[in-house]
Amino acid sequence: MIEVHKENFEAEVLQAEGLVLVDFWGPKCEKCLAVMPDVEALAEKYGDKVKFCKLDTSGNRRLAISQKVLGLPVIAFYRNGEKIDELAKDDVTKENIEAKILSLLA
Amino acid sequence: MSDKIYDIIIVGGGPGGLAAAIYGARSRLATLLIEKGRPGGQAATTEDMENYPGFARGTTGPGLMEAFTEHAKSFGAEIVRDEVVKVDLEGKVVTTKSGNTYRSKTIILAPGAVPRTLNIPGEFALRGKGVSYCATCDADFFEDLDIVVLGNGDAAVEEANYLTKFANSVTIIVIHDEGILDAAPMLQERAFNNPKIKWVWNSTLAEIKGDGLVESVVIKNIKTNELTEMETNGVFIYVGTVPQTDFLKDSGLEMDSRGYIITNEQMETNIDGVYAVGDARVKYLRQVITAAADGAIAAVAAEKYIAEEEGFRKSVLEEERPVAVAFWSPMVQKALEMMPSIENTVGAYGDKVKLVKMDTYRNQRVAKRYGVTKNPTIVFFHKGEVIATLVEDAINEGSIRQVLDKLSK
Repeated sequence: MIEVHKENFEAEVLQAEGLVLVDFWGPKCEKCLAVMPDVEALAEKYGDKVKFCKLDTSGNRRLAISQKVLGLPVIAFYRNGEKIDELAKDDVTKENIEAKILSLLA
Repeated sequence: MSDKIYDIIIVGGGPGGLAAAIYGARSRLATLLIEKGRPGGQAATTEDMENYPGFARGTTGPGLMEAFTEHAKSFGAEIVRDEVVKVDLEGKVVTTKSGNTYRSKTIILAPGAVPRTLNIPGEFALRGKGVSYCATCDADFFEDLDIVVLGNGDAAVEEANYLTKFANSVTIIVIHDEGILDAAPMLQERAFNNPKIKWVWNSTLAEIKGDGLVESVVIKNIKTNELTEMETNGVFIYVGTVPQTDFLKDSGLEMDSRGYIITNEQMETNIDGVYAVGDARVKYLRQVITAAADGAIAAVAAEKYIAEEEGFRKSVLEEERPVAVAFWSPMVQKALEMMPSIENTVGAYGDKVKLVKMDTYRNQRVAKRYGVTKNPTIVFFHKGEVIATLVEDAINEGSIRQVLDKLSK
């Protein structure tokens, strides 16, 4: 997974072509840490079709807020620079993320 | 299905489940803990943890739960990350989301609770966009911003205090009359003296508004029904919790109308060999220390249950010879007086008949299963089946011989 931050978010996510997944997480968010291995496993599985990124919001608060993220965890999906879908809080589970990937790829 | 049969399977890895794992594994019982997320439960989502004995200020919820987890692992408890979706409590089998099945001699349920949602307009859509139930997770987003906290119990007031380290202002919305809070006095005092905390009394939230991010809340005064809109950047909701016991609905487990599991003081549920601990149990105080205490009690009760069941199975049910089980208690005078004659009468059959003495106080479950209510009672078994029962005054040399003569032919 690509680590994105305020320096490279524009290039890696907003300028990217195709489907991009951004895992908004933080070191104090237990739920984020719990789901991280699942997201990494999905990155292995779908990495050729979806660009997987993770964003540590603790050093990138303004960037997160600019992306309308004000709470964790959030898994956001972008296509051609636009946010098209997202999962937040309790909806962030391995099953839901995979289902969302499959429906967005369909 | 794996052939392995665990001694204890613990469902849930909060402080209750982890304490049970520590006690179980330390007693050399094959202990498996299944937790769907990271171990720690709700305790890992509260930053300030200052009331766990021996751990003064500066201890954090995640830190303490990390220590619990390492402690359990150090004694050999196995921790698996998966979600239990189905249980057969009588048969002691659990099935997980990933399709694995685990078998055990006992089950300790520690599913915990989750924050209750309000289900008001805007709440669901604005989660992760300013609506939160976890200050530890989300506090630093609100640096220099204005937020509201709904609720007035320990969690609400404690987390509101914590949030003032980040936010510009924290407005606590309280349903009670001015000055009345459900939180502990020390937390109240701290909040009342905190210059960043403001108060709205006699009120609750009617709606959360915002386009993409939280922009305002609609506050409803419950006395006047008046609605007031207030601008804010975030809403933290602490209005109690609900037990995570939906997966136990059709398991035969006894629960109250709100879904909390009913246990006795030994943490025993209505099903033999099944225990419940922590926040999902009907109890007076839901804290890390009481969850941990529950866990210790349940693990010890499970250990005794296993010993009792296995002891009975080996010495009575699997015995080839006829067995006379004398239920007695040294506390009951009549039983005390009759035991020597029972021992002599049965002893006269030598190796042909086995006598097992069972203290009814230490073997309450087995005694109950065979309907033993009087002291002494003799239950005769052959090849695992009950053949005859003699109670109190019906017990004498003649009646015992009558049963045993037939059995030992």
